[in-house]
Amino acid sequence: MDKFALNQMHLDVLKEVGSIGTSHAVTSLSVILNKKVGMGLPKVSLVDFGEVSNFVGGAESIVAGILVHLSGDINGMMMFLTEEKCCKPLVSELFGGTGMDFSGEGADEAVLSALSEVGNILAGAYLSSFADLIQKKIRPSAPLVCIDMAQAILSVPAIEFGKISDKVLLIESVFESGDMDISGYFLLIPDFESFKTIFSSLGV
Amino acid sequence: MKPNMIIVGMADLKVCKNPEILTTLGLGSCVGIALYDKINKVAGLAHAMLPDSASFTNNSNRMKFVDTSITDLIVKMCVQGAEKRNIKAKIAGGAQMFAHSSTNESMRIGDRNVEATVTILRKLGIPLLAKETGDTYGRTVELYSEDGRFVIKTISHGIKTI
Repeated sequence: MDKFALNQMHLDVLKEVGSIGTSHAVTSLSVILNKKVGMGLPKVSLVDFGEVSNFVGGAESIVAGILVHLSGDINGMMMFLTEEKCCKPLVSELFGGTGMDFSGEGADEAVLSALSEVGNILAGAYLSSFADLIQKKIRPSAPLVCIDMAQAILSVPAIEFGKISDKVLLIESVFESGDMDISGYFLLIPDFESFKTIFSSLGV
Repeated sequence: MKPNMIIVGMADLKVCKNPEILTTLGLGSCVGIALYDKINKVAGLAHAMLPDSASFTNNSNRMKFVDTSITDLIVKMCVQGAEKRNIKAKIAGGAQMFAHSSTNESMRIGDRNVEATVTILRKLGIPLLAKETGDTYGRTVELYSEDGRFVIKTISHGIKTI
């Protein structure tokens, strides 16, 4: 960020935060799916506005974004991103036995509402482990879902960063489940003050 | 030969001359401001993120803001041979990507970007010919310097030329 320099230790701490959050979210996903879900090493990067969509396959790739606002001791946003082609397998796998139909008329609405439920589960697991780690209270909002071009979706967190910085800090974790071809990204986007809270609660 | 297509990134602005084309991909809540001098065939496109540079302390990157990017774009266009009195505008973008959250002030940023653009253009005396703004979907835009047509592409709402 511009106002305080992030050193290697800060970056390591943020990686750890991303790693713990993602592993809890992945575990909960794997329990519901009753399948093995793997995760990659989290990456922390400070990128220019023009580069934010590079990691999800470019500005115009179609992705689903699930957005949760954070309030309480930590303010900001959390976003879960997955490619559009992963949405249907993911929600069918999760809700296939519940009689929800993801193929016929009105399927898009059903997918969106199911995705929002996925967001609830993943964000809940991610954030509760994150809150435990820093011993703070974090209240997630109800998830909001949008399927569109990656850059358009990412403009929402990018604008939040734009208010305080000329770069975007991404704490990015990837998960995947091999046999289902599902992969996704978690982005944790605390606001400027909340970064300080995170660092001070972890003694950095 | 196909004319060169120049990409304008987020918080970026570029100018070109006939026959080149300017494009910016995936406008969400950001606003795409297309300026065009029909006589000299000089085009300029900005991809601005926030309405007003005066409201934010961190305003070193002038291309982030609607107000400073419009004034800078006009200067750059005039360097390339445009005349201010010929310049006319078309705008697109300013969507609210995550609907149902209008109670949250920070989510209304798309509307505020559009409002700021309209105000600044009026203040500078630049006619706004057309706009394709608001709603809840992303837009990729292309500005053709040969005739000033502004093409807006979306995923689920088709293609439109204004």
